Amino acid sequence: MESSGALRRALGWAAAHAPWSAWAWRNTAFTAAAIPPALPLALGFLLLLTAPGHSPVPLLLVVALSPFLTALQRDRCWSLLGIDIPPVVREHPLRSFRGLTERLRSEATWRQYGYHFLVSPLAALGGGVLVLTWAVGAVCATVYAWSWALPGTTGPGWTRQYDVLTAVGGLLLLAAPWFAALLGRLDSGAALALLGPNRARELERRVEDLAESRAGVLDAADLERRRIERDLHDGAQQRLVALAMNLGIARATLPGLPSEAKAVIDEAHREAKEAIEELSSLVRGLHPAVLEDRGLDAALSGIAARAPLPVELTVDLPARPDPTVEAVAYFVVSEALANVAKHASASRCSVLVTRTANDVLRLTVTDDGVGGADPAAGTGLTGLRKRVGSVDGNIMIDSPRGGPTTVTVELPCGP
Amino acid sequence: MRAVIAEDSVLLRIGLVKVLEMAGFEVAAETGDAEALLAAVDEHRPQLALVDVRMPPGFTDEGVRAALMIRQQSPATAVLLLSQYVEERYAADLLAVPSGAGIGYLLKQRVADVEEFIETLRRVAGGGTALDPQVVAQLLVRRGGGPDPLERLTPREREVLALMAEGRSNTGIATELVVSESAVAKHINSIFAKLDLPVADGDHRRVLAVLRFLDGTP
Repeated sequence: MESSGALRRALGWAAAHAPWSAWAWRNTAFTAAAIPPALPLALGFLLLLTAPGHSPVPLLLVVALSPFLTALQRDRCWSLLGIDIPPVVREHPLRSFRGLTERLRSEATWRQYGYHFLVSPLAALGGGVLVLTWAVGAVCATVYAWSWALPGTTGPGWTRQYDVLTAVGGLLLLAAPWFAALLGRLDSGAALALLGPNRARELERRVEDLAESRAGVLDAADLERRRIERDLHDGAQQRLVALAMNLGIARATLPGLPSEAKAVIDEAHREAKEAIEELSSLVRGLHPAVLEDRGLDAALSGIAARAPLPVELTVDLPARPDPTVEAVAYFVVSEALANVAKHASASRCSVLVTRTANDVLRLTVTDDGVGGADPAAGTGLTGLRKRVGSVDGNIMIDSPRGGPTTVTVELPCGP
Repeated sequence: MRAVIAEDSVLLRIGLVKVLEMAGFEVAAETGDAEALLAAVDEHRPQLALVDVRMPPGFTDEGVRAALMIRQQSPATAVLLLSQYVEERYAADLLAVPSGAGIGYLLKQRVADVEEFIETLRRVAGGGTALDPQVVAQLLVRRGGGPDPLERLTPREREVLALMAEGRSNTGIATELVVSESAVAKHINSIFAKLDLPVADGDHRRVLAVLRFLDGTP
């Protein structure tokens, strides 16, 4: 099966590159078009070797022409083979001094010289040989026609020499497209590697750009959460507290009310208090004020106090980390403790927050529960993983069946 | 009895004035920031200052810092702090300043339960202590390092300890837990013994003793 597939592919490729196919002509055109851009260099070498004084100035002209030649070669690849070589991005224009030094120091510039001085002459040579192959093939294959058509000859008489010439011509015509395909492949490959930007470096730059923009988005989201928290705290919550207090005052100062009215006031009072409670927990989930004002230690002791099981809390931080990292750390501990309360059936839990020597904020949440926490199954753990991943953090979950469970999270927090 | 109020939300301030008047206080001054509060305390020498923690210009802990100054400069004025969230170190800081006057630290939403709040106002103005149950819960969070003496307490003793730290009297604790006052006294003696605390008279010193043990700093 496999060998027949390979055979089919080979036949398909051969057919696609056969002398009568469009590919043959494209490759030929591409390869032949390698000749003109190499002419300035050829001329330069010629002058260097033959002119009196052997001046290298013509070669320096080729160096100066390099940007133009690069553009020419990129156009050749795109218009004839449809291969797009992205331009090398420069920060400064060529005309300025900084632009000049930037180009001299960039390895992309030297790769381009490599193409213009080494590959381009070879490609031009190949192009020349190819054109010659087509021409000689065409002439030889039609030798009988020539001998018949040209005046002063005896006409179509069969000779052994002419038979050989016709056969050789036919072979050359058959071989030329594949030769063109080979040359085209080699040349375009070299052009892609030498004229375009360095792919590894390009990727590195894109990763840097992406990391930067992601950090920006995270910071913006965090800022927005804090703004909403402020608005709720200073606006809605204060109003609700005032409302609940007024209802409380009404309850306390109006003893002579009919019982229905009193019941309504009681109900409203209770609901106002519940609304305050709900709003508080909502705000805590967003970004608690205590985190912003007083940092992780204070905010975490609040979470620990609200947990339905005893929590031992140790926070050892010499300085406050970045607000975004702080918010993620708060979320992680809050979510981890909620998970412990929901699933672990633990009797105690400990939270350890430290900053390691290499600027990593390490959070460790350990419980003595039943274990078996599966990061693939629980939505809580998936949410944790996403939030931790958003700041390039790591999460490790060690939870054998029967317990205990340890969740370790490391968040990079910069220098 | 005279009182001053520092609260930047006008809506709340109006309500607080009403509640203070219901509790039998005469509101000598209402202010919206810490500086005006200190000036008002200086001028009126009130028995009670009701102070919001988050106030202009910084909106962080201006109220706490003002309360500390009041305790140092005007030892006859009791301070009741209201806060949107509780941070146990504020309470520890406040109790660390030696003063005969009462001290309280409550979540803002506690003002909705007017009767209880009035009771708290009177207790604090009378030299007592009132800590929000959430503050106490945070104080009971065990900090890492070293063995934990709280382990030695029974669950009931922990409940009693929490209520003591809030500033409740034996009668208050007995009512809350629906036990007799002598049972409460027995629990308290046992707690003091287990935690190595000196037995002290009076609610405020009791709270101090508990806090000294819980936090270690005052």
